[in-house]
Amino acid sequence: MLYGLIVFLPLIAAIVAGFGGRALGDRGAQVVTCGALIVSALLSGVAFYQVAWKGQPVTVELLTWIDSGAFDVMWSLRIDQLTAVMLVVVTWVSAVVHVYSVGYMAHDPHIPRFMAYLSLFTFAMLMLVTSDNFVQLYFGWEGVGLASYLLIGFWYHKPSANAAAIKAFVVNRIGDFGFGLGICGVFLVFGTVEFDPVFQTAPGFAGKTFEFLGMKLDMLTVICLLLFMGAMGKSAQVPLHTWLPDAMEGPTPVSALIHAATMVTAGVFLVARCSPLFEYAPDALAVVACIGAFTAFFAATVGLCQNDIKRVIAYSTCSQLGYMFFAAGLSAYAAAIFHLFTHAFFKALLFLGSGSVIHGMSGEQDMRRMGGLLAPLKITYVLMWIGSLALAGVPLFAGYYSKDAIVETAFMAGGKLGSFAFVMGVAAAFMTAFYSWRLLFMTFHGQNRHPDRHVIEHAHESPAVMLVPLYVLAAGSIFAGALFAQAFIGEGSPIFGASILVLPGHDALAQAHHAPLWVKLAPVAVGLAGIALAWWMYVRRPDLPGKLAAMHGDAHRFLLNKWYFDELYDALFVRPAKWLGHALWKRGDGKVIDGLGPDGIAALTLDIAKRATRLQTGYVYHYAFAMLIGVALLVSWYLYRGGM
Amino acid sequence: MVDWPILSLTTFLPAVGALFILFTRGEEEVVARNARAVALWTTLGTLLLALVLWARFDVGNPGYQFVEKAAWIGDGIGYHMGVDGISVLFVVLTAFLMPLCILASWEAIETRVKEYMIAFLMMETLMIGVFCALDLVLFYLFFEGGLIPMFLIIGVWGGQHRVYAAFKFFLYTLLGSVLMLLAMLAMYLQAGTTDMPTLATTAFPSGMQHWMWLAFFASFAVKMPMWPVHTWLPDAHVEAPTAGSVILAGVLLKMGGYGFIRFSIPMMPEASVTFAPLIYGLSVVAVIYTSLVALMQEDMKKLIAYSSVAHMGFVTIGLFTLTTQGVEGAMFQMLSHGIVSGALFLCVGVVYDRLHSREIARYGGLVNTMPHYALVFMVFTLATVGLPGTSGFVGELLVLVGAFQVNTWVATLACTGVVLSAAYSLWLYRRVVFGELTKEDLKGMVDLSRREWAVFAPLVAATLWMGVYPEPFLKAMRGSVEQVIVAHQQAVAKAKAAELPAGERG
Repeated sequence: MLYGLIVFLPLIAAIVAGFGGRALGDRGAQVVTCGALIVSALLSGVAFYQVAWKGQPVTVELLTWIDSGAFDVMWSLRIDQLTAVMLVVVTWVSAVVHVYSVGYMAHDPHIPRFMAYLSLFTFAMLMLVTSDNFVQLYFGWEGVGLASYLLIGFWYHKPSANAAAIKAFVVNRIGDFGFGLGICGVFLVFGTVEFDPVFQTAPGFAGKTFEFLGMKLDMLTVICLLLFMGAMGKSAQVPLHTWLPDAMEGPTPVSALIHAATMVTAGVFLVARCSPLFEYAPDALAVVACIGAFTAFFAATVGLCQNDIKRVIAYSTCSQLGYMFFAAGLSAYAAAIFHLFTHAFFKALLFLGSGSVIHGMSGEQDMRRMGGLLAPLKITYVLMWIGSLALAGVPLFAGYYSKDAIVETAFMAGGKLGSFAFVMGVAAAFMTAFYSWRLLFMTFHGQNRHPDRHVIEHAHESPAVMLVPLYVLAAGSIFAGALFAQAFIGEGSPIFGASILVLPGHDALAQAHHAPLWVKLAPVAVGLAGIALAWWMYVRRPDLPGKLAAMHGDAHRFLLNKWYFDELYDALFVRPAKWLGHALWKRGDGKVIDGLGPDGIAALTLDIAKRATRLQTGYVYHYAFAMLIGVALLVSWYLYRGGM
Repeated sequence: MVDWPILSLTTFLPAVGALFILFTRGEEEVVARNARAVALWTTLGTLLLALVLWARFDVGNPGYQFVEKAAWIGDGIGYHMGVDGISVLFVVLTAFLMPLCILASWEAIETRVKEYMIAFLMMETLMIGVFCALDLVLFYLFFEGGLIPMFLIIGVWGGQHRVYAAFKFFLYTLLGSVLMLLAMLAMYLQAGTTDMPTLATTAFPSGMQHWMWLAFFASFAVKMPMWPVHTWLPDAHVEAPTAGSVILAGVLLKMGGYGFIRFSIPMMPEASVTFAPLIYGLSVVAVIYTSLVALMQEDMKKLIAYSSVAHMGFVTIGLFTLTTQGVEGAMFQMLSHGIVSGALFLCVGVVYDRLHSREIARYGGLVNTMPHYALVFMVFTLATVGLPGTSGFVGELLVLVGAFQVNTWVATLACTGVVLSAAYSLWLYRRVVFGELTKEDLKGMVDLSRREWAVFAPLVAATLWMGVYPEPFLKAMRGSVEQVIVAHQQAVAKAKAAELPAGERG
């Protein structure tokens, strides 16, 4: 009952607000959705206490879903420790974002629709994390994708928003292509798609092979990589990351909730959830770690040069997700989930803070047209500092505990993979600090550079309904790390119990405490260096960035254009697909099939008929001649036969 | 089980309605009004009968139920009707779509209303007959007879190039059917009966099976339609009136799939195994090829028509995996596609009725004036994309699960359809519904009327119901599908066993 309420309250709220929006009015829709979400969040607190703290996982079966032969799937709610953590993250951040949206979207003409979408998203996300089988997980997975599509394209009159929405959906579908095949693979190997039986029998399949695409391959590795493909799409890992920055077309609360705190972390959740499979597929784990580490580094480099305030934070999200994945790839699932947990707070804070800036600047998002907002937006300024300090991993703030644990794990894991992840992680930490403070300095310091004087004069602090949610997140960004570090990643990781499996040999996380002092200090030191450099370049010598960009034009353009991924994909996939589609239609269907088939036969028939008409000339001697030939042929055939 | 011949009633009730309309006389207006009313009530009555049929259907019995048998022509040929888990749902689907078609044509058809309604009612009788017939000759009559009303519907009430489309449709399908007729004659000569359940247990010699399989394939592949004999479909759809498209996509295409599972698989088990790779190949090509083509369409109906070919590709893959999941998935996909693609054509019809254009570029920004329409269209777009929670997902997933067990290449290539369908469907939706409302004549478009709501509400409900709780549908087909698969395995095993000693002897 309790768990049912947590999951279904948002759905009910979405339906009520979505269909009853006209009757309820804007205020009514806001009250219904916010109320439902706050109740859901409070209940999640209870669930967290019961399940994670006391260690009593439960599974509630609801209804048969798809039952075909051995393929038997139920709608059910599984609340174990991992789920409980996710429940808390999802419902709390969602409740905060719901309240914030009341203020942020106050002037929008479609408030009920917006609130309904937000609640629908929350429902789908909750279905995802409470799933007891791969198929319901997929339901939630696609459901959040749908909500993301609807919310990115919320302002449907903007062509760029529509394009971004479709891009997000389609790129995610490419990931889901793998996910779907992964589900098929799980069923083929295990004969079921339910988590418990699959995870229990997984050790028996370690190292066994099956035939996939004509090759003999390791079963678990193939399945894990296919599932990970889905995770790459949803969590915006290279090379399926291109949709996330574009997704910033959506309203800012959406970016905070979906594209920072919850949906994009679903991939990390998936890998952690499937730890009993991944643990027996070391090659798949290595791929996860590699992709994660590279994404952490790549996204940070792009973040250095972006001018749109939300895109900087979007690339930062991409990069932080990379941290989570390489932690998971090194079997430090607990650290990955811990970083997911702290990241949800400070990244949502940063997004909502930037929303407050955008709101104050009348919708302006380009940092080159900002500056000097320190005076009018003091509270936002302080909050953004808190968020950035947590993101940069400055000691005592939340990000410090989780990020340091990840970097130390990478060092202790050693080997080529661990070292690669460690180097990438430290480099990304430096860049993270740099672009975060670049953002702060460009936005709040110096002179306001906006061309329109009205905008500058009009710059104002946000109302309380937007600030209070920020206070909640700021509290989380400061304390969530220190309070929960012991429970999440302390000795023995008490909180996760049996919900995450780590094999004896894969204990780099447990070893992390024994990392040498310089390793522990490295992320903090580079972080401080990054802050200092940003201060030097954007406060002390504001002329430097322009000169640097001019001096290294190619490098700058390369980063500014996001390593040209979009252009590359356009040339490799989009245009060939369109060309092929057109060619197959006009030439394949039109010329070849219709040309040789129906139209061709029709033309041929017509042609023969015409010739036949020509034969019927009406002149008697023509017919007589034809008859003569006929008789001659007949006679000769008869004679020939008789002669035999 | 039931004393009264419910199958014959369901089948011929629409024909009675048609006869009734035929004899109405009077002013043209009055006749049209009466024709509409009679058609609606007749189809609703048929739906009621079909629902009773479904409710009384015993899911525990995998064999034929409600059987009616009477001597007809000579000894071999009888009037034999019956439904099992495979056909009963198709009867329900047909009866479910018909009243909606009549409602959708309420205002769209203004000329020759009487004849139009007669054609539709005759169509319904013939379609239901196809799914109930258990005698080859009876089946062939219904199967081929259906061509005539459809030919007329396209040719008389169709669009600009209706005559070309109607002939293309007719000739394509007829060519296939001629070969099927030959195979049926061969069957009769071999087995001495045209009784389908008897034929299903007759073991035809291996060589003959292969020829017969190809002949049946010619007919069903065109109906389906499979690549490369699909080109009649886009033309037929584009030219057909809205309700014609709904019936075409919703029911007529399903006859191909039904034929495969009713004839090819049980009666020619060995040939079905031999030719399965051919089916896989053509289906995979269909999925990828037609999805790409759909991406580039400028005409709404053509786009949906091409997407139908892609979705039918999933059906043929599923059927010939001959796994429980594959076959049940294919069956479910057919039912789901019947509802979803029918609904999409109705969505096109709504805007076509208002603006008389199917060209995508003529639209844009409809969400501003038609928010309810936007919502309904979104539901069906998502269902065709195969979003979990809608009917489209269940069938697609089961087919993929089935295919993966048989051949990972097939599953992987078919799965690309998942990506492409998202691309073309969402792009269509975006171009029609989203964006700024700039075109003058679109500004006056009114949202769904009450009649249109009455058409869409049952379709939306069915789509979501089948997506969230498909059990009632899967339960109905479970026993019969299992029987088909087991019988097929036994037949193939027996044939192998018979071959071995022969091989040793040779």
